[in-house]
Amino acid sequence: MYAFTYHRPASSRQAAGLLAKKEDAKILAGGHTLLPTMKQRLAAPTALIDLGACGDLKGIVRKGRTVVIGAMSTHAEVAESAIVQEAIPGLAYLASHIGDPHVRHRGTIGGSVANNDPAADYPAALLALGATIVTNKRKLVADDFFTGLYETALEEGEIITKVVFPIVSRAGYAKFRNPASRYALVGVFVAKRGSDIRVAVTGAGEGGVFRWPEAEAALKARFAPKSLDGLKHPAKGINGDMHADPEYRAHLIGVMTKQAVAQATGK
Amino acid sequence: MSATGIGASVRRKEDHRFITGQGRYTDDINRPGQAHAYFLRSPHAHATIKSIDFKAAAGMPGILGVYTGDDLAADKVGGLICGWMIHNKDGSPMRAGAHPALAQGKVRYVGDHVCVIVAETLAQARDASEAIVVDYDVLTAVVDTASAAGAKTVVHAEAPDNTVFNWHLGNKDETEAAFKAAKHVTRLDIVNNRLVPNAMEPRAAVGDYDDGDGVFTLYTTSQNPHVARLVLSAFIGIAPENKLRVVAPDVGGGFGSKIFIYAEETVCVWAAKKVGRPVKWNSDRTEAFLSDAHGRDHVTHAELATDADGKITGLRVKTTANLGAYLSTFSSSVPTYLYAPLLSGSYDIPAIYAEVDAVYTNTAPVDAYRGAGRPEATFVVERLIEVAARQLGRDPAKFRMQNYIKKFPHQTPVIMMYDAGNYGAALKKALEIIDYKGIGKRKRDSARNGKLRGIGFSSYIEACGIAPSAAVGSLGAGVGLWESAEVRVNPVGTVEVLTGSHSHGQGHETTFAQLVSDKLGIPIENVSIIHGDTDKVQMGMGTYGSRSGAVGMSAIFKAVDKVIAKGKKVAAYVLEADEADIDFADGHFSVKGTDRKLDFGSCALQAYVAHKFNGQDLEPGLKEGAFYDPTNFTFPAGVHICEVEIDPATGVTKIERWAAVDDFGNVINPMIVEGQVHGGIAQGVGQALLEGAKYNSDGQLVTASFMDYCMPRADDLPSFEVGMTVTACPSNPLGIKGCGEAGAIAAPPAVINAITDALGHEDIAMPATPQAVWRAAQKSITRMAAE
Repeated sequence: MYAFTYHRPASSRQAAGLLAKKEDAKILAGGHTLLPTMKQRLAAPTALIDLGACGDLKGIVRKGRTVVIGAMSTHAEVAESAIVQEAIPGLAYLASHIGDPHVRHRGTIGGSVANNDPAADYPAALLALGATIVTNKRKLVADDFFTGLYETALEEGEIITKVVFPIVSRAGYAKFRNPASRYALVGVFVAKRGSDIRVAVTGAGEGGVFRWPEAEAALKARFAPKSLDGLKHPAKGINGDMHADPEYRAHLIGVMTKQAVAQATGK
Repeated sequence: MSATGIGASVRRKEDHRFITGQGRYTDDINRPGQAHAYFLRSPHAHATIKSIDFKAAAGMPGILGVYTGDDLAADKVGGLICGWMIHNKDGSPMRAGAHPALAQGKVRYVGDHVCVIVAETLAQARDASEAIVVDYDVLTAVVDTASAAGAKTVVHAEAPDNTVFNWHLGNKDETEAAFKAAKHVTRLDIVNNRLVPNAMEPRAAVGDYDDGDGVFTLYTTSQNPHVARLVLSAFIGIAPENKLRVVAPDVGGGFGSKIFIYAEETVCVWAAKKVGRPVKWNSDRTEAFLSDAHGRDHVTHAELATDADGKITGLRVKTTANLGAYLSTFSSSVPTYLYAPLLSGSYDIPAIYAEVDAVYTNTAPVDAYRGAGRPEATFVVERLIEVAARQLGRDPAKFRMQNYIKKFPHQTPVIMMYDAGNYGAALKKALEIIDYKGIGKRKRDSARNGKLRGIGFSSYIEACGIAPSAAVGSLGAGVGLWESAEVRVNPVGTVEVLTGSHSHGQGHETTFAQLVSDKLGIPIENVSIIHGDTDKVQMGMGTYGSRSGAVGMSAIFKAVDKVIAKGKKVAAYVLEADEADIDFADGHFSVKGTDRKLDFGSCALQAYVAHKFNGQDLEPGLKEGAFYDPTNFTFPAGVHICEVEIDPATGVTKIERWAAVDDFGNVINPMIVEGQVHGGIAQGVGQALLEGAKYNSDGQLVTASFMDYCMPRADDLPSFEVGMTVTACPSNPLGIKGCGEAGAIAAPPAVINAITDALGHEDIAMPATPQAVWRAAQKSITRMAAE
């Protein structure tokens, strides 16, 4: 790790002010990607702006037909939230299966979404649930937010403040873990809101999280695992590495989608 | 049996300090004025170094020194050694290249040591390392085990075809004849995957130099501090033994990887004098992946001959072993004398011939790792036996039973003289535990749920309690493999036991104290075990090859016997009786046929006050030492049966059940022994399902972190069902056999035999990852559909 200055503002407004002033500054949320990268000397920000004391970024509330989650909510807080468990149990389930207990008590939804790791869990939920990402400057829908591997529509100086999830009638998540890292080798989030069916896949895409329109169409006829019989995701555009080549990963997308639908329908 | 005596599952005495965070590891040791070392490592697998420019680095803040191989050479610090000489088939010695602690003109693997930076802080040392300019001429790397011999790229000029040795063992002519006469021959190509040891505590070293006395002290993560001192002193030339103290404090796991004498500790202790400051180095996990000696990495073709009755008549093995870029301390012994002598397994095989070629490659050195050679041998034998049974249409249990060695002692065609065992008893017990009769039904139940169930056997034997000295000496070892003990009785009867064994997770502080407390009839709290410091323990050979029980404890046993003998002399004076009339039992010396007695503590006091006798009759004091050299290896054996269920949709293999029946002879602490079995199986399952070190063709280690190198976790394992059979070991006074490596030796073939049983074909290699099993299962499904 190289030397850096450390700042701990009390609000997202102050954080944005610091971010604008400091050159080469980085926002620190849960730090689960940034700190290991710094320790390996692969990242060298001159300043860290820790959002840990920004009270306005905390909290989970239900607002009408939505659940609003503050960006600095940890995975454990989302997993254990009575509001999330009641309104969108599939989202609580996803949060309860991120990493391990240490990760879940430090890692945050805002950090995960902003980092857009192609093997992270949350991007699949945001995309499938049609969530809205609120920043200190604007609102972005998930379909426009995730733009590529570790890339988002966030601009310089922009800080995620909260994520707004519409309450859906059914949602489920299934992932196949990388045996070594236990990140999602393939993770599939399915959601049904009225006649709107969305299937989002993380871990597998060459360009990060993506939707699977063929599965969405198949599930429109009937929202049940059987509707997916015979449907295969092509290997083209799918990631390959030593743990899973594109063919195996593509196959797992089908298996995980079925499992996610089974979970969403309580079967 | 008392609550703390031999045979009792006494809770581990050492765990209080470990689980309350009070263990004292090498990195916990900080010396006044301590500086920090950082090793600049080669990013290339193979390159000549044209120049190293560290002028700018040397002037950076906090830098105390930057040193290269030239500085070591100028101080006449020698290279690292390989302590086991292997001879080629033609009798010529193996061809070994030099192994400098810091590179001299060439680097040979990614992570090889280019130079060292010593600074006030680690961060300063790392900053300086980034300012060092190394001009490399990058060469082609040779990586692949099977094709290294004769490759265009030469790793060491001393071995122009990259071959360290062509070695063989057994009877070639008899074996060829057996294969000519065979009714059936089973053939298998086997890869034993390369593993990274990954002890929880990474390697570390603190070098210290006392200029007043001219004494060096090295604190290091070692399984054998005396061997480290011997090598650093006599071969590397740091200082004479009386001027070099080596301390191995609490060590957090070794699995073999901390036997060896590495570059880092050599440089730290040398540099301490150079900079006039204590010098610490602590490996980070990446350095551990790159530079700890790896394990296994064999490529083998094996053949088994059987006659018309299904009796095994011959075994033929051709193995290529990858030793990496340099010969690590005991590397040459692993694929030779720790491997081929175990190829007879538990079976009566009249003719065996093994050929082993060892090759250099541009990869990390390979040396002993839990089991060392014996897991590789067991994998060859148990896979062959299983496949032969399948090809012959025989039940694998019955086929084994038919071919077991049943009379002891048994001389195999490959050196070993098995002293005692009862393999059939272990098999029977394991079959009962696993409910072998019910496997057909369980397979059908799984099939109904769309799953594939399989069962796999491993009837292993191993040779451990590594010793005796004369035997290993005749096979090329540079050291003897006895063990030492000293039993110091304090004036009120408490006892300190100094042992040459070293505990790095095995629970010696408990097991050894149980033995001494039981024999002397004193409370276990009154016994302390001291190890790991060359200033305290006179000499010892350390812990590896499951030798601390059979060899280390036998030395203690012998020393305690001497204490009792001396105590009898003291008691004879005190009780005014003839020494021949003194008995010792339950902690008391007594005069035969009388009620006159003296408890152990009082006897100790009398020995030290020496009022009842004068120093001419009998020396005061109560302290005895012993060196124990056994008459043979010990031969633990057993049967492990693994039952798996495969989900063909994902390729996930779930181990449903595991029966482990082991014969470790007499057992001192069953709980600790079971713990060793559990840990061993976990590592064996790791090799079979999860772990595999992979280099790409450029020699970059692509599995250099836990993100890609998959360690076994608790939820990868079932609850083991452990049983024991007992045939006492005749070659040591306690009748015990080693238990530390058995699980890692037994497990891999049990898993792969179970998976191949489930799949219905043999086409799967280790590690059987979900991806590999999914692909293999597609073949099974296609074939099943076609049938």
